[in-house]
Amino acid sequence: MVKIETKDLHIWFGQVCALASINLQVFSNEILSIIGPANSGKTTFLRALNRLNDLAITKMKGTLLLDNKDIYKEFDILTLRKKIGMVFALPVPLPMSVFENVSFGPRLHGINSRKRLFEIVEEALSSAFLWDEVKDRLDEPAYNLSGGQQQRLCIARTLANQPEVILFDEPCSGLDPISTAKVEEAMNRLKKNYTIILVTNNTKQAARVSDRVAFFLMGELIEIGDAKNIFTAPSDKRTEDYVAGRFG
Amino acid sequence: MNPRLSHKIFFFLIFLATILVILPVGLIIAIIIKKGAPALNWEFLTGFPRQGMRAGGIFPAILGTLYLVSGAIFFSLPVGVLSAIYLVEYSRDNFLTRLIKLAIVNLAGVPSVVYGLFGLSLFVIFFKFGSSILAGSLTLGIMILPVIITAAKEALESVPHSFREVSLSLGASKWQMIRKAILPYALPGILTGAILGLGRAAGETAPILFTVAAFYLPRLPRSIFDQVMALPYHLYVLSTQVPNVKQSLTYGTALVLLVLVLIMNLFAIIIRSRFRRKKRW
Amino acid sequence: MRLRQLKEFLIENLILISGIISIIIVALIFLFLLKEAIGLFKTVSLWKFISGKNWYPISDPPRFGILSLILGTIFVTLGASIISIPLGIASAIYIAEVAPKSFKEILKAGIELLAAIPSVVLGFIGMNTLVPLVKKTFDLPTGLTAFSGSIMLAFMAMPTIVSIAEDALTAVPKQYKEGAIALGATHWQAIRRVILPAGLSGIVAAIMLGIGRVIGETMAVMMITGNAAVIPHTLLQPVRTLTATIAAEMGETVVGSNHYFALFGIGLTLFIITFLVNLVADIALHRKR
Repeated sequence: MVKIETKDLHIWFGQVCALASINLQVFSNEILSIIGPANSGKTTFLRALNRLNDLAITKMKGTLLLDNKDIYKEFDILTLRKKIGMVFALPVPLPMSVFENVSFGPRLHGINSRKRLFEIVEEALSSAFLWDEVKDRLDEPAYNLSGGQQQRLCIARTLANQPEVILFDEPCSGLDPISTAKVEEAMNRLKKNYTIILVTNNTKQAARVSDRVAFFLMGELIEIGDAKNIFTAPSDKRTEDYVAGRFG
Repeated sequence: MNPRLSHKIFFFLIFLATILVILPVGLIIAIIIKKGAPALNWEFLTGFPRQGMRAGGIFPAILGTLYLVSGAIFFSLPVGVLSAIYLVEYSRDNFLTRLIKLAIVNLAGVPSVVYGLFGLSLFVIFFKFGSSILAGSLTLGIMILPVIITAAKEALESVPHSFREVSLSLGASKWQMIRKAILPYALPGILTGAILGLGRAAGETAPILFTVAAFYLPRLPRSIFDQVMALPYHLYVLSTQVPNVKQSLTYGTALVLLVLVLIMNLFAIIIRSRFRRKKRW
Repeated sequence: MRLRQLKEFLIENLILISGIISIIIVALIFLFLLKEAIGLFKTVSLWKFISGKNWYPISDPPRFGILSLILGTIFVTLGASIISIPLGIASAIYIAEVAPKSFKEILKAGIELLAAIPSVVLGFIGMNTLVPLVKKTFDLPTGLTAFSGSIMLAFMAMPTIVSIAEDALTAVPKQYKEGAIALGATHWQAIRRVILPAGLSGIVAAIMLGIGRVIGETMAVMMITGNAAVIPHTLLQPVRTLTATIAAEMGETVVGSNHYFALFGIGLTLFIITFLVNLVADIALHRKR
C-alpha cells in the first residue's frame, strides 16, 4: 500500500535548486533508506515531508501526498507533524526529565492525566528498547543518559505521539557501534507498525536495515529499488560507483 | 626607534592608562563607604526626614525608589520580552526589522533628561496622570526598554535551534514552542537583563525630575497617582539645594543608593553565573 | 481547540505590536517634543533660537538664544573626548591584548562597576573631591568649570568606550596577529599595524557611542559645571550644557509658556543630535560585518 508519494517535486533555496523532479513512493511498513553524498538533497526531502522546511524554502513545485492527501493543502500542519514524526541527527533531549521528554508531545496535544501519560511513556520507551534501562530513572534529567540512550529517548518521544510515519535523519551519526546496533534493532522492530524513511550517509547501515533504497545525487533521484538490487546489481553507473565507495 | 623599546614603552603606557581608568572606581567606592557608613543606622533607614531634611531618615525616598522601579519593570518586562520574541522568532530579514533594530539602538542613546521631557508631555500632561508614580514608572520603564529587549533577545538567541525543531516536529504550534521549549531556557538571561535594567532605573534622576519626584514629602504615597520622594533625587537635593546638611547624611544617602544599585547588579551576576554552570546544552 | 487558536491569535498579535513598539516610541518621542517645541517658533525664529547668544528666559523681554548652551555642551564634550578616547582605547587594548586572564576579569568587573554607579552619585563625589581640587590646582574663584565636568564625563563615558572597543578588538581573528608575529613583528607592532586597523570600525562605534553618552549626560554635569549661561572662552570657566538647562529650569516653568516651549526646543535639539551620533555608530558597527 502506498503511504507517501511525491510527484515531480522541486525545491529551491534562493537561486539554488535543492531537489529536482523527485518522483517516488514509500510503502506502508517498510524501511526506505535514502543514501547519497553530502548536499544531495536527502535531508531537504525529509524535511519537506513534515514541512519543517517551510520557512527556508523560497520556491516549491510538485505534489507531496500522505495517504493520497496533499501534505501542503489538505492537512492542518500540527496534525501532519503528529502523523509524521522525526528523529534528528544528533540526540536533542530537552533539558527536562526523561518522563517529561517522552510525554512532551502528548502534553502538547492536550493529554494531562498523569496515569494516561504514564501508560504512553511506558509504551513508547518499551518500543524504543529503552524501558528496562530507564524505568527507575524517569525523573532524572535526560542529559544524564548516555548518547545512545538519548537517541533512543528521542525515538520514544516521537513514538509517544503515535505517528504513522517516522523520519530518521542520520540518527546514528553521533553514536558508537553498539549504540548504533541498538537503534537499528529498534528500527527493525518498529516497521511492523510504522512506515520508516531513513536518511543515512552510511551505505552499510542502509544495506543492513532497509527494504528498499533510494539514491540521491545533487538533488536528483538517480535510482530506487530493493535493497538487494541496489547493492548487488545497480542499474546506474553512478549508483554503482557510490555504493562501491568510489566517491561520496 | 628600536621596535623592542617602543614595544615596552607602549605597553607600559597602556597599562598606565588602564590603571588611571580603574583606580578611581575603587577610590570613589571607598570614599562613599568610609564617609557614609557612620550615618547608617536603623533610624536612618526607616525614619522620615526631619528639620528640613537636615536630620532623620530617608525611608520615604527608599520606598519611593522601590515603587518606581517595580512600576517600571511591571511595564517594560512583558513588553520587552514580547518585543524580543518578535525579533527572534517572527521577524524576517527585511527593512522593517532593520528599522526596529535602529529604533532600539536610538532609544538606548536618547539622553535621560529627554525621556523626562517626553514623560512630562505624554504622561503628566497629555494623559493627565499628573506628577505621579504612574507617570514616573512609565517614563523609567520606557527608558530601560532597550536594555530589556537587548538582553531578552540575546537570551532567546542562545537557546539552541534544535529545541525549536524538536518541538515543531512533535506538532507544537509556534506559541507552544516558544512557551514550552524556548522561554523556560531563556528565562535566566531575561531575568539578568531585567535586573540590570532595574539597577539603571533605580539610579536615574533626570527622567523622574518632572514626572514624579517630590522635593520633600514626609509621608508615604496613597495611590499610584501620588508623588513620591526618590533616592537619587533626594541625594541631588541634599547636595545642591539644602544648605548646611551634615556631610554624613548626604554620604549616607549616596551609600544607600549605591548599595541598592550594586546589590541588584550582584544579583544579576549571580543568576548569570549559576545558570552558566547548570546549563548543559 | 477553538479557544486555543483564539488565544494564540491574540498572543501573536500582541507579539507583533510589541515588536514594533520601539519604532512607535521613537516616533512618539519625536512628535511630542516637536508638538511642545513648535509653540516657541511662533515668536522666535529657528535661526534666532540656535544662533542667539543670550539665554535670559525669565527677563522681560525674554531671550531664547541657545548658542551659549550649545557651546557649553561642545566644550564639555570636546574636553571629555580628549581625555576619554585615548585613555579608553588604551585600556581596551590592554584588556583585550595584554592583561593576564585573572587580572583581565578584575578589570572588566571594575568597568562594569563603574557603569553601574548612578550619575547623581558620581556628580556628588565630583562636587566634593574633584571640584575643590581643580579650584586649588588652578587657583580659580570656583572649581565648578567645564574642565571639572570634562574629567567627570570622560570617566562616565569610559565603560561604553572600553567595553565596545574591547569587543571589537577581541573579535579580530587570531590568525591576523599570529601572521604578523610570525613575520617578526613585536606584539605592539602587530597591534598597531594589524589589530587596530582590523577593529577600526568597532572602535569608531565605541567613540561615537561614548560621545553620545557624554552629550546626553545630565545630573553629574549639572552638579559640576557651574551652570553659567555665557559664551565660554576657556575650559577653566563655568559653562552650562543643553541637558543641564532642561533639568535645572523645567521645574520652574509654567506649562504652555514660551520658556516651557523653549526647553522642549532644547530637548528636540538634543534628540536630533544623539540620533545622528547613534546612527553613525550603528553604521560603523554594521560595516564591520
